[in-house]
Amino acid sequence: MGYTFRQGIKNILRNKVFSLATVATISACVFLFGLFYAVVINFQNIVRTAQSGVAVTVFFDEGIEDARIQEIGQEIGKRAEVSRIVFVSAQEAWDSFKDDYLGEYVDTFGDDNPLADCANYEIYMNDVSMQDSLVGYLQTIPGIREVHKSANVANALSNVNSLVAYVSLGIILILFCVSIFLISNTVAIGITVRREEIAIMKLIGATDFVVRAPFVYEGIILGIIGAGIPLALLYYLYDNLINYVLSRYSVLSSILVFVSADEIFYTLAPVAVIMGVGIGFLGSLFTVRRHLRV
Amino acid sequence: MIILEDVSKTYSTGAPALNNVSIHIEPGEFVFVVGDSGSGKSTMIKLLLRELTPSSGRIIVNNTDVGRLKHRQIPIYRRNIGVVFQDFRLLKDRNVYENVAFAQRVISVPNRQIRKNVPSVLSLVSLAEKYKSRPRQLSGGEQQRVAVARAIVNKPPILLADEPTGNLDPRTSWEIMKLLEQINRDGTTVLVVTHNREIVNAMRKRVITMKKGIILSDQKKGSYIDEG
Ligand SMILES: Nc1ncnc2c1ncn2[C@@H]1O[C@H](COP(=O)(O)OP(=O)(O)O)[C@@H](O)[C@H]1O
Ligand SMILES: [Mg+2]
Repeated sequence: MGYTFRQGIKNILRNKVFSLATVATISACVFLFGLFYAVVINFQNIVRTAQSGVAVTVFFDEGIEDARIQEIGQEIGKRAEVSRIVFVSAQEAWDSFKDDYLGEYVDTFGDDNPLADCANYEIYMNDVSMQDSLVGYLQTIPGIREVHKSANVANALSNVNSLVAYVSLGIILILFCVSIFLISNTVAIGITVRREEIAIMKLIGATDFVVRAPFVYEGIILGIIGAGIPLALLYYLYDNLINYVLSRYSVLSSILVFVSADEIFYTLAPVAVIMGVGIGFLGSLFTVRRHLRV
Repeated sequence: MIILEDVSKTYSTGAPALNNVSIHIEPGEFVFVVGDSGSGKSTMIKLLLRELTPSSGRIIVNNTDVGRLKHRQIPIYRRNIGVVFQDFRLLKDRNVYENVAFAQRVISVPNRQIRKNVPSVLSLVSLAEKYKSRPRQLSGGEQQRVAVARAIVNKPPILLADEPTGNLDPRTSWEIMKLLEQINRDGTTVLVVTHNREIVNAMRKRVITMKKGIILSDQKKGSYIDEG
């Protein structure tokens, strides 16, 4: 183990240009992966935050009875899309409107409630994408006058998010292949350079493992370095970026809820390292099996 | 120790390189194999190293049927055999010590033991002082002594040499042959392929003469035969 590992490191140092190119490609692959991962996670987080505030509002026919309103509420509550349903009486609607928009001018209205017909249900959903089917259903219920959909921002965000995920997946896949190809070339060159040494090793009685291990170690080490560099860089950039944005544009902090760097790297770091090691291991093993048929 | 029974080897092209060869070598013997170039001597060495398998016949080394070895058994089998070539085959990027230690490292001998074994085998081949030199700083004879040290550091019971003096002047050739003879005296079975008539005739060992893949003669205390 000690000897083959040292030989692996020697291979890397002996073949600096190719080792560097390999590390650079793996780094690019892992860097992009990390970048997209961070974007997608933050997107998801924003979508989720936005979703939790989205509700469909239903208003009732004029002069409807309280008992009917309760019936409707129970029916709606049974739907699978619905996570929560809240009754807002005409008085509450008016009070909330007053607080939000009128402030000190409230007195001009005296005791009248201009929103007398505005009792409603606020219906919260499990998933915004179910909104259309829910609205369709609500419109068929007798006693319901009007259904207000929320603006469909969250839905749009959701679509953009999956687009970003697919595109990034494609790019990462391409880089992944390029990385494997480069690792394979690097190792193949190492094998060619050491043909004679390998021949002697075999005559002396070295096992396949001892003959092959240095090259596999070479690949794995390159993979780890190729994952470590972009991880460190991403952590530094990400942490600084969110701190900068939050301090500079504090207004945004209520809308843009960033996921913390630590939280992202808790998952990203192990995944990226596995990716790097995987690329290195697969690329070198594949090559060693092809070129070192002992 | 080494038994060839009706061994033939035919390469994909041409006539058989070995044709029904039978040889019996006892433990502790010193054997010369001589013959024109192309007579099949190197082919025999390669068969013994299991670099090749016989087309027919059986090879038994150390009670092992060499032809039937499974792929993963070959490395262990080869540890029974040290081998030296005409062109030394040293690692040019490593010094004398590392070239010899290499043979132990690749079979995972612990470092503590390597540090004991390498100096002792280097002093056996009289190269103790040059352990730090690179191969290109050494004479041909010295390089071949390093190769011999590498071949015997794992203490194999058998040592094969394929024209070990082919690149050396007469005086240095004698040094190497004397070294091989000494290793044989210490208990190793030694088989030397050579063209060196003078040494073969002087050393009075068993001589197997080959021609075109067959054994022309096999003499105890023999001598170099020309075109028999
Ligand atoms: N790899 C090979 N492929 C085809 N023919 C070979 C090969 N190696 C050796 N030969 C042939 O086998 C015969 C014996 O060769 P070799 O064993 O090298 O003889 P020697 O070592 O006695 O000079 C020669 O005719 C040679 O041309
Ligand atoms: Mg030959």
